Amino acid sequence: MKQDEKHISSYSSLAVVLTILLVLTTISVLATGFHLGPFTVVLALVIASTKVFIVLTQFMHLKFENLFLRLAVTGVFVLFALVVIITFVDYYFR
Amino acid sequence: MAVHQIHTEHTDSETGKLGMWIFLFTELFLFGGLFLVYSIFRAKYSAEFHVAAGELNAFIGTLNTVFLLVSSMTVAMALAAMQKGDRRLTLFLLMVTIILAALFILNKYFEWSHKFEYGIYPGSPVLKNMPHGELLFFGLYYMMTGLHALHVLIGMVLLSITTVRVRARRINSTRYLMLENSALYWHLVDLIWIFLFPLLYLIT
Repeated sequence: MKQDEKHISSYSSLAVVLTILLVLTTISVLATGFHLGPFTVVLALVIASTKVFIVLTQFMHLKFENLFLRLAVTGVFVLFALVVIITFVDYYFR
Repeated sequence: MAVHQIHTEHTDSETGKLGMWIFLFTELFLFGGLFLVYSIFRAKYSAEFHVAAGELNAFIGTLNTVFLLVSSMTVAMALAAMQKGDRRLTLFLLMVTIILAALFILNKYFEWSHKFEYGIYPGSPVLKNMPHGELLFFGLYYMMTGLHALHVLIGMVLLSITTVRVRARRINSTRYLMLENSALYWHLVDLIWIFLFPLLYLIT
């Protein structure tokens, strides 16, 4: 089909993405050394979510995909977030 | 009346890729359910999860994170190389990806066998005598990392088939859907690990 018209990621940009991901991993590992209390979990999840976002948009090429696919992926993550929220609401306020 | 069927090979890369994404959505919910169970029990038995998570080797976990992140980049580069028509580089990068996946599994083998030596394995007497929360932690640990390791193995098989097809020129610079989809699957394995790693190994 029209594959030749597609965006092709450059090697250097992929290498930059990897570097960012490794830096975030390092921060995540080092952060366990500080005793941040309940914020440890929050920080770890924020970093993990950032990494997932980067992998989705850059490595999995979503940034260059059509709007339908981008919305579908966003929708799935929103749906999962709702499942988590509703379960916890049920768990705490039952 | 003779019916002539014109046999044109139908290749629709957009649809093929969409199908892969829909499959990945189901995978996300498969692991998502486990993450949810983990979160609820973690909220309920936070002290015991804290103790049990301390038993895990954060170094091995970190090393495996690096393996998966690097392999995710190499497979993305393999796709870019194929799109540019560089077959030799594609093959090389796919091989690197498979080797990194093998290193991940090797690491997992050492990690698990070390746990087994201490009698920590599903259904073991040591585990049964542990407090309920720790038992749940290790149950979830084996379930989640085990299911993930299974995905790594499936990913290795997919990438190997892809490599063979690239070598046979059945995947080329104009038709590379299978390489694209295998790469997507491999990135999913990476995505799941990105959440598994801090939740199991780091949050202590």
